[in-house]
Amino acid sequence: MSESSSKPILNIRDLVVEFKTEAGVIRALDGISFEVGEGEALGIVGESGCGKSVTALSILRLIPNPPGRIAGGSIELDGIDVVSQPEDKMRKVRGSLASMIFQEPMTALNPVFTIGNQMVEVIRVHQKVSKVDAKKQAIEMLRTVNIESPEKRIDQYPHELSGGMRQRVMIAMALSCSPKLLIADEPTTALDVTVQAQVMEEISRLQREMNMGMILITHDLGVIAETCTRVVVMYCGKIIEMAETKELYENPKHPYTRGLLDSIPRIREEKLESLPIIEGMVPDLANLPKGCRFAERCPKAEDRCRENEPPLEDTESGGKVACFIPN
Amino acid sequence: MFHSQLIKPMEDPLVQVKNLKTYYPIKGGLLNRRMGDVRAVNGVSLDIQAGQTFGLVGESGCGKSTFGRSILRLQNVTSGEVRIDGQDILSLDREALVKARADMQIIFQDPYGSLNPRMTVRQIIREPLDTHEVGEKVGRDAEVMRLLEICGLRKSVADRYPHEFSGGQRQRIGIARALALKPKFIVADEPVSALDVSVQSQVLNLISDLQAEFGISFLFISHDLAVVQHISHEVGVMYFGELVERASAEELYSSPKHPYTQALLEAIPQPLPGREKKKISITGDIPSHHDPPKGCPFQPRCPVAMPQCAEHKPPLKPLDTFSRHQVSCWLY
Repeated sequence: MSESSSKPILNIRDLVVEFKTEAGVIRALDGISFEVGEGEALGIVGESGCGKSVTALSILRLIPNPPGRIAGGSIELDGIDVVSQPEDKMRKVRGSLASMIFQEPMTALNPVFTIGNQMVEVIRVHQKVSKVDAKKQAIEMLRTVNIESPEKRIDQYPHELSGGMRQRVMIAMALSCSPKLLIADEPTTALDVTVQAQVMEEISRLQREMNMGMILITHDLGVIAETCTRVVVMYCGKIIEMAETKELYENPKHPYTRGLLDSIPRIREEKLESLPIIEGMVPDLANLPKGCRFAERCPKAEDRCRENEPPLEDTESGGKVACFIPN
Repeated sequence: MFHSQLIKPMEDPLVQVKNLKTYYPIKGGLLNRRMGDVRAVNGVSLDIQAGQTFGLVGESGCGKSTFGRSILRLQNVTSGEVRIDGQDILSLDREALVKARADMQIIFQDPYGSLNPRMTVRQIIREPLDTHEVGEKVGRDAEVMRLLEICGLRKSVADRYPHEFSGGQRQRIGIARALALKPKFIVADEPVSALDVSVQSQVLNLISDLQAEFGISFLFISHDLAVVQHISHEVGVMYFGELVERASAEELYSSPKHPYTQALLEAIPQPLPGREKKKISITGDIPSHHDPPKGCPFQPRCPVAMPQCAEHKPPLKPLDTFSRHQVSCWLY
């Protein structure tokens, strides 16, 4: 089943986001639709430039404008129409209804304020509580994300913490107002593998315990396999495949998904002569080929693939795929 | 001994590093005095055979990049010995070092920062040829074209600038530049970490092919054990400035000995949904250089630490007399 079973907390329909560049107007997102159910963990995977981060920013309407703008489609977040919402209302939505964890915790935290200062500020923007109570809440939150001696940590500055700890602080901040949707954009990419495993486990545990909807954005199919129930695969601003995680990994329908799965570096028992690859590279968004965007790299491409763009259609196994010759 | 007569005697390794130490001073206090040292590389010894790749793996801050830069003398070394192709690199004077550098090159992680944005691809690749006055001037452009072809780039790209290329192509340009002087030894410092997975494998395959064709030795530095496996003959694992395990690639992956190596292997996220999740055996972060732990540096995070681990540092020693598999752990 590619549609989420519970009531959707997020519903995106035909979303188009455009950016003005020197090379002309490019479409970073070209008509994407998906939803996230209450308490569901959805993974979005794709390579740089595929539009996965733009999707995340659009949901909170954080696309820098200019040069970017939402040029079409709708985003419904817990019944609120995000696209037409006035800015002051949006500010209330961010943090309380949906919040975001970024890749780089050092740049996402303000270096001249203590952890406590920043957490108290977030809490007091959304809740009418005193500074003392907000600080108590913040300490509790730090404890929830398994930071040792939170009473001490709360008065420290970001540079005094390790990368893994900073990301835990970001998680604590993002969750401090119990959002219904958490958007995690490459939350562990900047961390070492041993720390990555710990932080990912933390995010996953809290997501289940708080029954939040979650969008996990990553280029790493390994991380998604362990965390998400459904996966969206993006390529060049389009969704090219969508399926339940197990189904996607075991029976990838789109040749690109197949190629991505094959090219993940993994420990192998036998050394290979050469590693499986996807030929060529991602086309320039300002100069997209006619037809399927993956055609020039696709081992199965036929003439029709270079002429017409395949629509995203239902598969027999309940997912969706945009390919004329799916596996 | 019977054994040693059967084994073909090993040739002298191309790269020999003995007890290399690179310390950075920690300054502070009144008059900015030296308060102590960050022991970025703290006594590492290893050797690399001609035509082989040594994979050096470890997490950020373990000293792997400092090690790579130190052996090429791109970094001031505190003590130790480095011999590359018979030359004592650390004692060379400036002029001799410039000459020696023709034989040893480096490929950097960041294909955006390591190419001069104001130079064309032709100029970038030609520069080392001009500096070292290789061949006749007229022949150098033809050499640039040959190098582009070897690295899988079209000749027509020669007069374009770095910003016009994707990350994978820029890394190919960096590799072409490193190959220009026909080096015997290349340090590749996280060469594929900044690339997308689909392009990563392309560049890894290119490096493997180049090695097979030209017999270059590589020190391949990476944080990712999965990336290193394909490309390496031998693998060393670094932690907190020291080598904690070293073995042939086959052995390291099939029977890792050090608890840290085991943890690194376990922590790699697997693209197998529904797999029984392994319990994460190590917690916490790498120790601080301001307050290094006593005994084994991994001991505060180690799931199987014994009392003696906090007292004495285990030496890096072979598992048994004939083994090239070395580990520094009191368990063995």
